[in-house]
Amino acid sequence: MRIKGTRLLAGDASGLLLALEAPLSFWGGLDPESGAVIDQRHPQAGAVVTDRILLMPGGRGSSSSSTVLAEAIRRGSGPAGIILTEADDIIVLGALVAEELYRRTTPVVLVKLEELRSFPRTGRVTIASDGTIKVG
Amino acid sequence: MRILVRMGEVMGASRLLDIESAHIDGCLYHGEAGLDFAERLAAGGARVRVPTTLNVGSLDLLHPELFRGDPDLAQKAGRLMERYTMLGCQPTWTCAPYHLVRPRLGQHIAWAESNAIVFANSVLGARTNRYGDFIDICAAVTGRAPAAGYHLAENRLATALVTVDLPDEKVAEESTYPALGFWLGKWTGTDVAVLQGIPESVSEDNLKALGAAAASSGSVALFHVLGVTPEAPTLEAVTGGGVCGRRAVFGVEELQTSLRDLSTATGDRLDAVSIGTPHASRQELERLAGLLNGRRVQRPFFVSTGRDVVELFAGLDRLQEAGVSVVTDTCTYVTPILADGVEVVMTNSAKWAYYAPGNLGIEVVFGSLRECVESAVAGRVTRED
Repeated sequence: MRIKGTRLLAGDASGLLLALEAPLSFWGGLDPESGAVIDQRHPQAGAVVTDRILLMPGGRGSSSSSTVLAEAIRRGSGPAGIILTEADDIIVLGALVAEELYRRTTPVVLVKLEELRSFPRTGRVTIASDGTIKVG
Repeated sequence: MRILVRMGEVMGASRLLDIESAHIDGCLYHGEAGLDFAERLAAGGARVRVPTTLNVGSLDLLHPELFRGDPDLAQKAGRLMERYTMLGCQPTWTCAPYHLVRPRLGQHIAWAESNAIVFANSVLGARTNRYGDFIDICAAVTGRAPAAGYHLAENRLATALVTVDLPDEKVAEESTYPALGFWLGKWTGTDVAVLQGIPESVSEDNLKALGAAAASSGSVALFHVLGVTPEAPTLEAVTGGGVCGRRAVFGVEELQTSLRDLSTATGDRLDAVSIGTPHASRQELERLAGLLNGRRVQRPFFVSTGRDVVELFAGLDRLQEAGVSVVTDTCTYVTPILADGVEVVMTNSAKWAYYAPGNLGIEVVFGSLRECVESAVAGRVTRED
């Protein structure tokens, strides 16, 4: 299936889907060294975001999350791409600065929550630079 | 400027507006990406154009002996702090810049640090979005910010109503406010909430704790308190004559659940106490000294605060004689200050309780300032009820 999202940061990416069940603050919630979710209150604590297409139901919390995301991208432990259901400036900014500094693009796409109803929770996902998301 | 314009597009802004101050969060070291960015700006000769305060760094420059981490990390963290002062920012090193500067009602500012953002918007009525690392310094250097989000009056109106329905003694209890904020952050989502049922006498420190908690458990950047905060004189004014689509009651049950969820440890083991997240105000330091009342703490006891607040506080010797370590310029949950072997830490801060278990790998006990003090004096967790 295909969904046309709004691109917040354009780029191509492909990877296995990691659908977060709850919002995650990268700061205090993601270890940029290992790419693991370290927020012990998060239902998916321990999951690794590296090279995954990360589906996030909105960001949360600290404004330091931009740097943590940029640092994860610099180290190569960041996600391959990010799908948001609520626009989150802090996440887009982290990906944007990593692109400016390191020429590594982690696309960020916004989709409406209702469009995700029939979206699978696992499988390979491709993001195209026009914001189209393809599953399977 | 390129980053600002691209972010403006993401935020749906058609123009930039002038800002009158900035608060920078990017000076806290999270890895080389932050340092690379600051070096890039400094190498290009950038200088801030508006009065700009700095958030906490990773080091306590006044008490360097408190740092227990890797010297290489300390060196990089110190270089990052130095780079930001070279850009013309004031070396305030505090997450509570509102103790030093007071943006006016309606003034446009670009503040980073989630607790400072929610305080400036809600308690002071200044206008800032949730700025974060990188864009904060871009705004300070250009003096501009995208005209979007909470800079615009229509986005500041309340869209959700919370009725605080608690007995008087709970309303008067300080730990109610971080617990309420913890609940609010999870409930609010993208709405702007107005709270009713909080008395006019609520302290600024209570509102600070409420906002900091709501900005930790959720992404709250603005809330209103009916009859208390400047944009909420009446329900009609704060909603713009509209209707709050979502409503909830915060009662005794919600309060008890929040208080319970803020602790991860049970039992009475206590290894250390940490308060002052966000940085303690002068009033909070005075309350701490009063509660200690000459007694010595039996466990390491840290209070984080701003260096400028310490300078105005007359009772520093009373805290030191009681065995309290005063931490400035940084915070105990962002940098290695607690000793190895510390497993259970008590705090009165919902923000600290929220982040410390993940950051430091410790267990946390949440309690009021009184309970923190009594526990530290007794050497074990002591509850009032």
